[in-house]
Amino acid sequence: MKNSQTQTATQEKQQPPQIKVSPQNHHTKTKPLDEITQNYEAVIGIETHVQLSTLTKAFCGCPYNYASQPNTCICPICMGLPGTLPVLNSKVIEFAVKLGLALNCKLSLNSKFDRKQYFYPDLPKGYQISQFDIPIATGGHLDLDLPVEFGGGHRRFGITRVHMEEDAGKLLHSGDGAQVDLNRAGVPLLEIVSEPDMRNGIEAAEYAAEVQRVVRYLGVSNGNMQEGSLRCDVNVSIRPIGQSEFGTKVEIKNLNSFSSVSRAIDFEIERQALLHSQGQGDQIFQETRLWEEGSQKTVTMRKKEGLSDYRYFPEPDLPEVILTEEYVDSIRGSLPELPEVKRRRFEKMGLSMQDVLFLANDINVAQFFDATIELGADVKLAANWIMSDIAAYMKNEKLSIDEVKLTPKELAELIASIKSGTISGKIGKEILFELLAKGGTVKGIIKEKDLVQIVDPSEIEKMVDKVLSENPKQLEQYRGGKTKLQGFFAGQVMKISKGKANPGLLNKILLEKLNAKS
Amino acid sequence: MVSTTLHHHPPRSLSRFLSSSTTTKSRSFHSKPTQCSSQPITDKPPSSTSSPPQSQILSIRHSLLSRHVTATQLAESYLTRLKLTEPHLKSFLHVSDQVLNEAQSLDHQIERNENIGPLAGVLVGVKDNICTMDMPSTAGSKVLENYRPPFDATAVKRFKELGAIVVGKTNLDEFGMGSTTEASAFQVTANPWDVSRVPGGSSGGSAAAVSAGQCVVSLGSDTGGSVRQPASFCGVVGLKPTYGRVSRYGLMAYASSLDVIGCFGSSVADAGILLTAISGYDRLDATSSKREVPDYTSQFISTELLDSKPLKGLKIGLIRETLDNGVDIGIKSAVLGAVSHLEELGCTLSEVSLPSFSLGLPAYYILASSESSSNLSRYDGVRYGNQATADELNALYGDSRATGFGPEVKMRILMGTYGLSAGYYDAYYKRAQQVRTLIQKSFKTALDEYDILISPAAPSAAYKIGEKKNDPLAMYAGDIMTVNVNLAGLPALVLPCGFVEGGAAGLPVGLQMIGAAFDEEKLLRVGHIFEQTLQGCRFIPPLIADCDAQ
Repeated sequence: MKNSQTQTATQEKQQPPQIKVSPQNHHTKTKPLDEITQNYEAVIGIETHVQLSTLTKAFCGCPYNYASQPNTCICPICMGLPGTLPVLNSKVIEFAVKLGLALNCKLSLNSKFDRKQYFYPDLPKGYQISQFDIPIATGGHLDLDLPVEFGGGHRRFGITRVHMEEDAGKLLHSGDGAQVDLNRAGVPLLEIVSEPDMRNGIEAAEYAAEVQRVVRYLGVSNGNMQEGSLRCDVNVSIRPIGQSEFGTKVEIKNLNSFSSVSRAIDFEIERQALLHSQGQGDQIFQETRLWEEGSQKTVTMRKKEGLSDYRYFPEPDLPEVILTEEYVDSIRGSLPELPEVKRRRFEKMGLSMQDVLFLANDINVAQFFDATIELGADVKLAANWIMSDIAAYMKNEKLSIDEVKLTPKELAELIASIKSGTISGKIGKEILFELLAKGGTVKGIIKEKDLVQIVDPSEIEKMVDKVLSENPKQLEQYRGGKTKLQGFFAGQVMKISKGKANPGLLNKILLEKLNAKS
Repeated sequence: MVSTTLHHHPPRSLSRFLSSSTTTKSRSFHSKPTQCSSQPITDKPPSSTSSPPQSQILSIRHSLLSRHVTATQLAESYLTRLKLTEPHLKSFLHVSDQVLNEAQSLDHQIERNENIGPLAGVLVGVKDNICTMDMPSTAGSKVLENYRPPFDATAVKRFKELGAIVVGKTNLDEFGMGSTTEASAFQVTANPWDVSRVPGGSSGGSAAAVSAGQCVVSLGSDTGGSVRQPASFCGVVGLKPTYGRVSRYGLMAYASSLDVIGCFGSSVADAGILLTAISGYDRLDATSSKREVPDYTSQFISTELLDSKPLKGLKIGLIRETLDNGVDIGIKSAVLGAVSHLEELGCTLSEVSLPSFSLGLPAYYILASSESSSNLSRYDGVRYGNQATADELNALYGDSRATGFGPEVKMRILMGTYGLSAGYYDAYYKRAQQVRTLIQKSFKTALDEYDILISPAAPSAAYKIGEKKNDPLAMYAGDIMTVNVNLAGLPALVLPCGFVEGGAAGLPVGLQMIGAAFDEEKLLRVGHIFEQTLQGCRFIPPLIADCDAQ
């Protein structure tokens, strides 16, 4: 009955749910490869770009909407026209501080912007406004619980830094060559750089999923990977187990789902391990590789020719970013309960890790759950209702929990009504779907449809007598030893009670009557 | 007679204006009757009497409000002079064809007794690196040939809102990089005092245009002296405001941490009135200051109201290092003459040493070049401006920039790119920033002790066209007097103080007065009194004396 599809890294909302990771990935290759990879340890770090859901861009007043026509969300400033200047949207700082605090980072009370300089047609100023040597947040960590189906376990991954920067535009390639769409140019980003703490694709994908959860909890981004609101570039190297220095690092781009993060990393680990095992470790180059979803492979995008020199220097058009302790405190005070804290709390309520992960995955679901149990509903029952029928309904109707008509109050009422015996579980389910689709109250629906359970033994007895007297043949057969017919009689009684007879009482009375000496 | 009457019984429209301005900025320029020329302005704006220069802006206002002259007549007189002088000077890259239309609509407003802005009918020249809507804005560069911005720079927007009219776009060294205006991609501007000489730069077009009466006032930009040195060379008043006083929005960036928009006028009052109009916080420039803008015009007290020692108690420091070797002897004596004049006005003069002064020039060239290498990255041929025909991306970039930029700009981009490169950053950019901090501190110390500091505006008067073109170091050295002020972000006023020999009528020499941050008021007050009491000097170039005689 329980829907066990805990939403994890491997099952994003928009993804078909059954994308499996790692183990199935190399079914064509056989044992030897597994044995080879066992001799190596992978070292994985992730750079995540989070596009902030501010109303306007980072340095101008343009709104940004993902699906807009090319070059309709632009102005002289984000086009980089001569004479224009950037002015910082203060929401960017607020969001950066929120995320920095949520990632347990130390905040720089005095940071600044720098220019990162390179030429590319989607970069209208010839430089990106970013933060170089003094990022707004440094030295944090992110806690997460691996999904049960991947062995579970708690992990803590280090966060090196979080910094603010602006997005570039996009190149649109067509038959006549490339065109530039600057809608995205100047949209604020937070870049999160992790420590190289992850060891396999699952860990990396779960790290990314937790980042998504955190930014959604904070409301700083929609975290949508398909739209590019959350972008992960991963760095993968391997080294023989026991070796302390790192191997040559390869960067992988074009990862637009958590499962591609996981699969690309596992592919890359195998590729590198194979090269090592064949004595071709020197054929692993420091390069950027692209994940190809079609062929499920990484391919060379560009080799790095030494370190790029971005000639960073402090952005002279923007004043320093100065945060006061009061400001930071006020933001700290406004943070919601974060996923990790929520999970620990749910765990203490006695819920299984699978339930915990499901309920804490979406802040709105978690809030719905919390509100339901605050009204006195049984924890386990509330969790089960939410994870099974409510989740299934939301999925089928493509609705979020905020969009269904059911309220926590009515769910609590429903659970209480079943527990008290006012209605049966079966009737409860019917009422639930009514509430989800149309709203209303449990009491109202019970009254309107006359659904109160029949718990009066004499009333049930009357119905049993009626059924027995109308089916003498079956009664005879039963008494002749065909006791399986009990189910038939129970069904008949339930039918004339319109499903309202209390099943326990019904069976008790029925058995007494059936077995009574005639 | 009529004008005298008007001064005492202003017409209704004037009193309405003085009580409350109808423009979006409620700035009114309170004038003292004696400041205004009692003669209506006709076709000879720069007064040809030996009396001190008067505010053309205030005279225009009175002439218009007294209906003595129409805005159209005024505009025609300037345009006529512009047409006569322009073949000799080439100060404009573009002359607006809307000037007369705008003047006519102003006349209609006056006819209907509507309120007119305090700068109504004032023709302003705008340096071509300052954006003007519906008009070319090229920064003197091929890379922006025919480029028309979709917006006005904030400074332009502000003076337009007060009724002023853009007469055209003035020539400059490409992107402001140069000290002679010879580095313009389009033309070489001549000095009205001697057309074989440079007007200075980079705002040479704006300085020459005001000097020759082609416009009333003009805007320039000053990154290392680009308003003050040409003011000195052309014998006009040049005002470089404090960094942050005037919005940079719409000024095509050369070196963002040093760039400021400045004002040229034929009198201190006009430069100050223009400054009042364009100053103030702008939400489009995060480096613009939120400090309140004082009414700078209140400093322009009539000379008749001055006592014999009007600057009594004012402490002035003469920067010793600015009179060292390398400064022309004639410049020194003109500046020392100015010192005597200031002493006569009651100031206490002392020499003050700024030991870090000589470090300013190399620091300036590193910082300005570094910032410019970044600021000019956007001219890549992708979105606007010069676009080379190329098969692949790198060639598009390379060819667009190779054909779009001139040699001086390329040199500075290369120098700046070098200075910011990994391995060189600490030795160049970072070291230069440290020097900048030293310079800021030494100015602060000196200005804690002195009200203002003075120096020559340039080590020489205007030199010959071509003289330093192939010797960039000699040209850079000429900026020694001015670059430190930009590094410190301070305001400075340059005004003519005397002459040296050269040309047909001598060449003007500018005195630089440097004030504490946001103390433009004091500079304007001292400058105005200095100007109004300076005897025996007329800064009317022979070129327009000739033109007016025709």
